[in-house]
Order: sequence, then C-alpha cells, then structure tokens
Amino acid sequence: MNLFTKSLLTAALTASVAVGSTAAAFAADTIKIAFIDPLSGPFASTGNQGLSHYKFAAQELVNSQGGVLDGAKFEIVPFDNKISAKESLIQLKVAIDQGIRFIAQGNSSGVANAITDAVKKHNRRNPDQQVLFLNYSAVDPALTNKKCNFWHFRFDANADIKMDALTDVMASNQDIKKVYLIGQDYSFGKAVAAAAVRFLKAKRPDVEIVGNELHPIGKVKDFTPYARKIVSSGADAMITGNWGSDMVGLGKAVIEAGFENPIYTYYAASDGITKTFGEAGEGKLKLVMEGQLNPPVSDRAAAYTAKFEAQYPDYDIGQPRIANVIEMLARAINDAGTATDMVKVAKALEGMEHDSIWGTKVVMRAKDHQAIQDVHIAAHTAKDVKFDFDSSGYGLKVESTVKMASADSETSCKMQRP
Amino acid sequence: MSLFIVNILDGLVTGLLLFMLCSGLTLIFSMMGVLNFAHASFYMLGAYFGYQISTYVGFWPGLVLAPVIVGVIGAAIERYGLRRVHQYGHVPELIFTFGLALLIEEVVQFFWGKSQMAFEAPEALKFAAFSIAGNAFPAYKLFMIFIAIGVFLVLLYILTKTRIGMIIQAALSYPETVQNLGHNVPLIFMGVFGVGTAMAAIAGVIAGPVLGTFPGMAVLLGSIVFVTIVIGGLGSLWGALAASLLIGWLQTFAAAYNLRMADLLTAIGLSEPVDMAESMLSDLWTLTLPQVGPILPYLLMIIVLALRPQGLFGKRET
Amino acid sequence: MSVDNQSLAQRRAPLVPIRSALPWLIASGFLLLLPQVFPSGAGLTIMNQMAITIVFALAYNMLLGQAGMLSFGHAVYMGLGGFFCMHLLNQVEYNDLYLPLPLLPLFGGLFGLFFAFLIGSFSTRRAGTVFAMISLGVGELIAACSIIIVVFFGGEEGVSGDRTMGPEVLGFDFASQLEVYYLTAIWLVVAALGMYLFSRTPMGRIANAVRDNEERAEFLGYSQRYVRWISFCASGFFCGIAGALFAINFEILTEENLNLATSGSILLITFLGGVGFFIGPVIGAVVFTLLQTVLSLYTEIWQLYLGILFVLTVMFFPFGLTGLIAMHFRPWNLGKFGLLVRPYAVMAVPALVFVSSAVAVMEILFHARHASIGDEEMNLFGLTINTHSQVPLLVACVAVVVSFLVIKRLAPGLKEAWDEANHQERGAP
Repeated sequence: MNLFTKSLLTAALTASVAVGSTAAAFAADTIKIAFIDPLSGPFASTGNQGLSHYKFAAQELVNSQGGVLDGAKFEIVPFDNKISAKESLIQLKVAIDQGIRFIAQGNSSGVANAITDAVKKHNRRNPDQQVLFLNYSAVDPALTNKKCNFWHFRFDANADIKMDALTDVMASNQDIKKVYLIGQDYSFGKAVAAAAVRFLKAKRPDVEIVGNELHPIGKVKDFTPYARKIVSSGADAMITGNWGSDMVGLGKAVIEAGFENPIYTYYAASDGITKTFGEAGEGKLKLVMEGQLNPPVSDRAAAYTAKFEAQYPDYDIGQPRIANVIEMLARAINDAGTATDMVKVAKALEGMEHDSIWGTKVVMRAKDHQAIQDVHIAAHTAKDVKFDFDSSGYGLKVESTVKMASADSETSCKMQRP
Repeated sequence: MSLFIVNILDGLVTGLLLFMLCSGLTLIFSMMGVLNFAHASFYMLGAYFGYQISTYVGFWPGLVLAPVIVGVIGAAIERYGLRRVHQYGHVPELIFTFGLALLIEEVVQFFWGKSQMAFEAPEALKFAAFSIAGNAFPAYKLFMIFIAIGVFLVLLYILTKTRIGMIIQAALSYPETVQNLGHNVPLIFMGVFGVGTAMAAIAGVIAGPVLGTFPGMAVLLGSIVFVTIVIGGLGSLWGALAASLLIGWLQTFAAAYNLRMADLLTAIGLSEPVDMAESMLSDLWTLTLPQVGPILPYLLMIIVLALRPQGLFGKRET
Repeated sequence: MSVDNQSLAQRRAPLVPIRSALPWLIASGFLLLLPQVFPSGAGLTIMNQMAITIVFALAYNMLLGQAGMLSFGHAVYMGLGGFFCMHLLNQVEYNDLYLPLPLLPLFGGLFGLFFAFLIGSFSTRRAGTVFAMISLGVGELIAACSIIIVVFFGGEEGVSGDRTMGPEVLGFDFASQLEVYYLTAIWLVVAALGMYLFSRTPMGRIANAVRDNEERAEFLGYSQRYVRWISFCASGFFCGIAGALFAINFEILTEENLNLATSGSILLITFLGGVGFFIGPVIGAVVFTLLQTVLSLYTEIWQLYLGILFVLTVMFFPFGLTGLIAMHFRPWNLGKFGLLVRPYAVMAVPALVFVSSAVAVMEILFHARHASIGDEEMNLFGLTINTHSQVPLLVACVAVVVSFLVIKRLAPGLKEAWDEANHQERGAP
C-alpha cells in the first residue's frame, strides 16, 4: 500500500518538475544532441554501446578540442525509445521540448522511418523550432530514396551500397557458383534480397541463386530446417541481413548442419554475437561494413580505439561511423556559424567532404543526403586482431575494400529544399 | 527423401523438447486447474542456471543442479504465491502467472543483462553423430532425444506404477477424499508444481545451447507451449505428447519446404499480376510456406477450440 | 461490488440525476484546465497518451471487470481500428475523401465493432480459460499477419499519415498538440460516458449476472453466449475509438499496436487500477503512464519495479489501487477514520525505509553488475555511492531486514485498528 502511494506521489512530483522545466534549457555553452535508441529491453546493449561511443566521440573529437563556435560543447542526452516507434515519437517530443535540435537515432529502420516522418511534419508545423535527424545506422534504402527529406542525413552506407560492395568482392571469387539468400521478412530483409539479386545478375550472370527466402522476424525458435535447406541446396555461399538473435540462431544452425562455405552478413559482430560464434565462425563469417578497426589505419585511429576500449571495456566500437557523425556535425555548425538555424546547418552538411578518422573520405551526397564512403569486407577471426569484440579474442579483420562504394548510384529522391 | 528423413529427426527434437514443457504444464493444470502462464519462464530460468553453473563446474553438473534449483523455486512460488491467489478464483490465478512471467523476465535481465549468453554444448558431444546427404546431425541433438524420452518414461513409471503416483492420480480427481485419507494434499500440489517446473528447467538446460539463452526465449516459446497443450487436450499426458510432436513436425516441415502461394494460384488457373508492387493482392501472391509457418499452430488451436473445445485427447471441457 | 448496492435505488431515479452528473462535470472541467498546468508539448503528449490508455483500459474492463472475460489479445481491436483510421487519413490526404478529423474516432469505433462482431462470433461461445486461450491465439495470429500482409499493415515500419490534411473544423486544422489534446479530451469524456451508461443499462447488468453465475443467468432466460458476444462487441467499439485517437495523436501505427506485449500491458493497467470499479482502469492508466514515462527517466530497471508491483497487487490487493482506496470508505462512513491515522503514521516510517532500502539494494546490485568497468559510483536518492565497496550494500540490506522486522511487529496493531475502524456497533444505523 505504501509502495503504491509513495510511487504515485514521487511520480506526480517528478512529473511536474520534469514537464514543467521545459524550453528554458538551451544554454549557449552546450549544444545538445538527443540520442534516441533502445536503452532497455532486448536491444539495450546495442543502444548502450552506441550511446557510449557518442559520449566518447563528443568528448574526444569536439569538447577536448575546444568545442564548436565560441567554445560551445557537445552534450549527448540519452532517450530510451524501447525500440518502439510510438515511444520514439514521444521521446522526440520530449527532446524538442527541452530545446534539443539535433536528433541521433539508428537502431531499426522502422523507427527511423517514423522519426523522419515526424521530423518532417514537425519542421513544417514549427518553422521556428526545426530539428535535424542524424541517422547513423538505419540502412533501409527508402530513407534516402522514396522517403528522403531535407532534414534527414544518413551516415551509414545503405543496404544497397553495402550489397554493391559485397557483390563486387563476391564476383571476383570464381569458386562461388551458387548463392543462397535468406533474411528477415520486413523492409530491410527484402531490400537486401532484392539488391543481391539485382547486383549478382549484373556482375555474375553465371551465378545461380539457389534459394531466396524470408523468415518471420524474431519468431523463429529453431533455424535447423532452414539450415537443412541451405546445406541441401549445395550453395557455395550464403548472404543474410539478419541481426540480433536471428543472426545468432541462423548462423549457429547453419554451421552446425555442416555448412563449410562463407556466410556473408551485415550485422554478425559485437553485442555478444562475436563471442557466441567464437571459433565456429572462424573462416566462415564475413561482414560488410564501414570503418576499419583491424588492422588500424593510422596511429590516431588506433589510439582512439584503444582509449575507447579502456574507458568502456564492456563495449566495442561496433559502429565506427559515430565518430564521423560527431566530426561532421561539428564542422557543419562551425561552417554555418550557428547551431540554431537548422536550414543553414543542413546546407553546410550537404555535400560536405570529410576525412574520417577511419582512413576514408566521407562525402555527404547532396542529392539524397546519403554518405558515400569506403566499404569493407571483413572476416570474423582471431588472427591479427588488435581490437577484438566482446573481449572474446575474436574480431573483424578487413580483407578487401571498395573505395567510395556506389558513389554514382542512382536515387529516386526528389529533395525539396526550404 | 534424405532431406525428409533429416526433417523428421529435427521435428522430433523440437517436438520432444516441447513435450518436456507441456507434460509439466498439463500435469499442473490437471491438478490445480490453472494454466501456468509462467511455465516457459521456468524453462528460461533452467537455461540461465544451467549456463551459470556450467561456467563454474561444467555442463553436466548444471544439468542436474539447475532443475533442482528451479524446482525448489517453483515449489516456493506455489506455496507462497499461487496458493494465496487460489482463493480469489481462476482468473486472478491466470493473471498472477502472467505477472510472474513478466517478473521472471525482468529478474533474468536484472542478473544476466539483455544479451545472449555464450552457453555451449559440452565438448564431449560436439561432433556430428551421422550425416545424411551432407546434412550433419549433431550428437547433441541425439542426446536431447534420449533425455526427453528418458524423462517421459520416468514420469510415466512414477505416475502409473508407484504408490506416490497413485496418490497423485487420486488427488487429481478427488482431492477431498485423499485429504481425508490422511494425505497432505497441499504438499502433493506443491511437489507436483516443483517437479513440473523442474522438468521445464531440464528442457531449458538442454535447449539453451541449441536455441540460444537470451531473455526473449521464454516469450518465444511460451505461447506455443500453451497452444500445444490446448490442442492436445488440457490435462492429458498422451494428448500433450501427440500435440507436441504434431507441432514439432508442423513447424519443421513448414520451414523446410518453400511452397509458394504463386505456384498454387497459377495451378488453379489464376494469372500473376503484371505489376506486383501496385497490386492489392501482392502479399497473397508472394506468400510462402515458411512465412506462414509460425502462425500455423495458432490457426490450428483456434480451429480445434472452435470445433472440439476439449482438445484432441481431452476428456473434459475447460 | 460496492456499486451494486446503489443500483437498485438508482434504477427508479431520473435518467441523469444531479448527483451522478457532478463527477462528470468536475472531470470535464479538470480536463479543460489541465493544459494550463502542463502547457509544454511533452506534457500534452503524455496527457494524450494517458487519455487514449484510459479509453482502452475502460473498454478492456467492460470485458474483464463487467463480463468476467479475460482476454490476452485485446490490442487487436484497438490496433485494427487504428490501422483503418490511418488508411482513412491517407484517403483524405491523397484521394480527397471528405472527412473532418473530429469524426474519425467514430469510424475507428465502427471498425473495432466490426472485428469484434466477427471474431466474437466464435470466441465468445465459452468463457473462462477457453475464451482466454482463443483470444491469445487470435491476437498472436493477427499480430503475425501484420508482418505478412504488408499492403494493409505496412510491415515492420507500419502505416503513417498526416492528420492535418482534412477540412478545417471551426478554424482548427489540428496541427498543434493543444488542439489534438482537446479533441482527445472530448472523445475521452464521450467514450467514458458511453461506457458508463452501458454498464447501467439492463444489458450491462445482465453481463454482470453472467459473470457471476452463468448458469443462473441462463435459467433466467438470458443466453449467456449472446450476452458475452454483445459485451465483446461493445468493448470492441470503444477499443476502436481508442485506436482512432492513437492514430490521430501519433500519426503512425505499427505491429506493436497489435502484439501480445500491448495486450498484456492493458491487462496489467486495468488490474493495477482495479477491475471491480468503473473508475479503476482510469486510475490504472494514469498511474501506469506516469510510471512508464517518469520512472524510466530515473532508473533502468523500472520494468522490474513494475513487475514486482503487479505481482504484489495480484497477491495482496486483488481489487487493485481503487480497491485499496475503496476499503477506506467504510471506516470513513462510520466516522472512525480517525482511528487509522495514528497507526498509519507509525507504519509509514518503517514502510518508507523498507521500500527505499529495497530499492537501494536493487539499484546498487544492478549498477555493480551492469555499469561499465571503472564506473563505480552512482547517484542514489541524492547520495553518491561507491557500488563496488560492500558498505552501502550492507547498510541497505540491514535497513531492509530491520524495517521488515519493525513492520512485522507493527502489523498486528494496524490490523487491530483496522478491525476496530470497520466495526459497526450493534444497533447503530
């Protein structure tokens, strides 16, 4: 009983404080970036990992260098969206209410689609309080094609670009004659499959696609029947966009069923996945990704990674692009000379060419706000890995690189600028 | 054909695993009349305890210790929680077990966090027992089959051949009479609940390395377990066995064969729409069997409940 | 139930007696003034969310509380209503359908009603466990279909739209959060009043009778099956209204609106509030929304607290928070409430210590286990604590044990005072 009344009371009190102290927060000496991603629930570790990298990058790359404009510091403000679209929109409103004008989000394309819509509507309805959406991880191609808008910037290579790079590498491997495609049944999984079919057809017409299927997302208990199909199909390689427990389940089942060939993936690393695969994945798991950790591209990159690992031993730099987000945003704010006029900041960010800490050039393409950068194919291995994942001894070692992948790719985006 | 045999075996593993959960659940139901929504949560606890113990002393002690611990926890929950709620009626009982399922998931996340545990099968069983046309069948899965059958035989023996089994069976139907004969019925209830949860925990320990040990594992399996015992007939051990195997094979075969709706529709004389993206029926045309696989058990349950509410083997209506 | 005693008297009273209209007027006035107290956008969002949850929870309680039917898949009716409304909004935007926004919830309700009619036709044949299981199956089925049937449900990313594209009504285009708040508030009052009046109709009464004893109701000549079906349809109608309000507020619907987690949380909300009272779900929805939005700002393990709270409620207060308040009406009416003040005040101290020290134990343990290495300090109740030293944990544990023992010691006294306060002297009216 007292448990009830007490929590009710504290809730009521804190609510009035939290909700009451609103728009006053925009202090001149800090520029706040709202980090809206899952910090509780099944994907919390991914969210927390991203958050720690954001905090680290803001401190290392901006604040310790004297900040932006007249010494303004970056501050990352975390908001837990529980990977729900509805909750994200609530947190977005809370963030905007606190005077935050930069929104960073990445986990789940579904959430990103909701946020980009909401940001577009908000900016139209509130021209004096516009915000920017810094998408650092959601790779559904639609976000920079059909659904693109002026306020959205994507710093990761999208699913099409990654597949373009992946098939470049696969095309040069003459051992691959038969490919099996499998993915989660939703927009991203479908995008991966469609891109794979398209690119393989163009680059290696002789390669046979022996399987192309989607399984329900997050609902499959046992991947063994799928693994049986893959093994029986005689595939020389398989491609999957699976993430989270779907990636682990599929990968383990396939390896256990006796599949000996390469498994090309998008997200089979870090967050416990690397540790779970361990030795079983050696020589089989390949990842298409941006941001090279191993071997380190420069002393600066190595020092940055080492310092992060020392500061957050539980986490890894699973999303290297976060460093690019912070550096490019800082530059855009400096170039625009303002952190409040979003049109100016967005215009500064459009078309920006940036030398990333990860050794690549990053170009924020103006026509669709898609970052163009080097994309790597890395192997899950324990050999020559300076920076491992999950403290497991295993990590990702870059095997081949596609320079400025898909730099001249088409987009259906018709950007409407204010 | 060889793929068919492999799938039969895989479906058997899934089915028997389901059965280890369902047998305990159905036993608890026939005794107390309450569907334990949290049953799969005990399966999850089993996997986590099994993992934790295996990090200290290896897999095998975990296989023995984890079910014991979970059984004790289960018995304690019956004694101090369920028995208390029992007086309010069946609906609050069901709600209690529902709340328990939520709570156990949170407790697991509290201690072990949210990511997947690196729970591995023992080294001794990490080899392919045999291989059919390139498809390896891991020794560990063979081991799972043996454990499940062993548990079933022991259970059957206890229930039908021993004195304690007789008392349990009598207590199922005539609790008052058994009580009047001097038996401690509440203690029997507590014992059955403990044993049922311990069996779920055994399933958890042996499934953890294969199906993954993560906080969502209970939810993923929970509603299927329900569906299975409802289809089999609440309270029927043989019904649970039949339904478990049925669901196991149903799911395995649904996932294993890429039957496409488009083929079916063309076979009955319909022509595929030219522009799939614009068609209102595009979802129907692109449907495949593996996609609908996970909803088949629910469909089956609704049909069974609507046509034969007592389930396939059930004797009485719920 | 406490309401039943008054019902006989009320049946002969005029349709809307002043006394029973008063709470509604006060509530409406309160809703009118709330935006003055919390004018910020986030405040409005939380209030809108609360209002939607209240409508949904009240509709759910038409089943659970009034008809005794436990549903594990009730999000379906709210979600389907919402999805249809979202498509209607898109028709307004792209195909120039003429539909003023304030009327949208009515259509949402009709869609909800339609699906409840359809599914209820077979699921309400039986009550109890069978109904609960069918509702679970249907819920899982439709949630899974939402991923498969992309044309209608939009797959994983859902369906979104824009509420401002319809014709203006009285000069409002509903772009601002405040206008949406008033629209939601008006529908909240309308829906709540509708559900209240439904519970007062003979139909609502018969639903109660079927809940309490279906056989006896059948003997009286009422088909228990049709009574359940009608209750189910009525509940589906109001769920659909809640879905439409959701569509208007969030302008997006996803699989999440249909799934088991949403269905489960509405059960949790309703039960926390108290199923036996009309006002129960309202209180449940308000408390839950506050806990969800505020508690999650302060602690990572808020869901654990919520789970504990829920299980304790089911175990010790099966009539929920409202039941807890209602328990005190009797001492109050007997004029003996004063007897309770002192024992309560005495009990409050150890209880407060117990709760806060238990929270401290959990927070410290959680931090020690899950904070990143090197991060050994945490902020607890304004104190900075090193979670890797044993001292704070030990202190908190001792506080838990001691306060628990004190509570145990004080409990008989409280019980005595409680009995005394509830005791009616013989011969007294």
